[in-house]
Amino acid sequence: MAVAEAIAALQERFPELGLAPQPLVRYADGRDSGQLWVRVPADRLLEVARFARDDERCRFEQLCDLTCVDYLNYPDAADRFGVVYSLLSLSQRHRLWLKVFVNDPEPVVPSVTRIWKGAEWPEREVFDLFGIRFEGHPDLRRILCPEGIEDHPLRKDYPLRGRGEREAFVPIDRETA
Amino acid sequence: MGLTEQGAPARSGIATTRLDYALDMIHRHGINWARKHSLWPMPFATACCGIEFMAVAASRYDLARFGAEACRFSPRQSDLMIVAGRVVMKMLPVLQRIYTQMCEPKWVISMGACASTGGVFDTYAVVQGIDQFVPVDVYLPGCPPRPETILEGLMAIQRIVREEGVRSSSERGHGLQMVIEPPPGVEMGPGFGERSLGDRASNPVL
Repeated sequence: MAVAEAIAALQERFPELGLAPQPLVRYADGRDSGQLWVRVPADRLLEVARFARDDERCRFEQLCDLTCVDYLNYPDAADRFGVVYSLLSLSQRHRLWLKVFVNDPEPVVPSVTRIWKGAEWPEREVFDLFGIRFEGHPDLRRILCPEGIEDHPLRKDYPLRGRGEREAFVPIDRETA
Repeated sequence: MGLTEQGAPARSGIATTRLDYALDMIHRHGINWARKHSLWPMPFATACCGIEFMAVAASRYDLARFGAEACRFSPRQSDLMIVAGRVVMKMLPVLQRIYTQMCEPKWVISMGACASTGGVFDTYAVVQGIDQFVPVDVYLPGCPPRPETILEGLMAIQRIVREEGVRSSSERGHGLQMVIEPPPGVEMGPGFGERSLGDRASNPVL
């Protein structure tokens, strides 16, 4: 598998991180999906990401997706939030997932917008819905929720029906329109 | 007979041109006759109800039979707002602004389960019924409503216009809030009415 070389390159460059690849999905019969992820500490993310983009054997030119998982009340979860980076190398034809785990009360991850420019809006989305701050982001504002909202709705401790935001709207009439 | 040359107005009440016919009907039934046959809808279509509304406007169900085929996407040219689909909180100021931009007299149809109650989308972002924020005259049940139900709702608006006229628009506060039933023989879809509930009870697979 081509991605094994990329992981070997990463392990060679960052031996102190102990990058151990794990499958994203493991089925009940013991097989797995063949998609691998590695855990990266938040303070080393920028180095690892830059190396993964530039190294000959990695060449992850494309950041397919940047998302987040809230592991609150998840069985055997050590950390609260996992920020997930899906990387794709078009030239080497392999994929790799990076996961960065952060915790309350101040979840902060360095922004990868200087490495992959397309990360700007996905990072805003993760900030909007999970409240994770991306250090070095050029324009970290909410992207989906309306202006007045204070919470981060995709956190697991946020009630599904909200905290009354959907009723607390002031009707617009002719005078205020 | 009352026919005169060159289509001049007939004193006996027999119309000779289209304009005469219209003037005659307005003379007999008032200006609301003209108003109810030229409702120009403003389709506020945000979801699948909008697709169903397009089917109503197309040739098979032919909204033009009711004079309501001129869907205007400028609120200033329309007098019937059809809210078709779910409205999220971020969309709500847009909806309200469009409603206030429409000229009087104006009427509102809340089409389908989502616009009327929020439907299955009982979440933080979805408005649970637009009637909390804009006056609604007619609710259409269904998910989405069948075209027959939509036409029934349009005819209900026409009845409102005929009987209440402009008063129904300017003095109504929360709207008339009529709930329309689909015409006989038209299915409501699963989850509505006695029959489908009975089927569900007798069939454990459902």
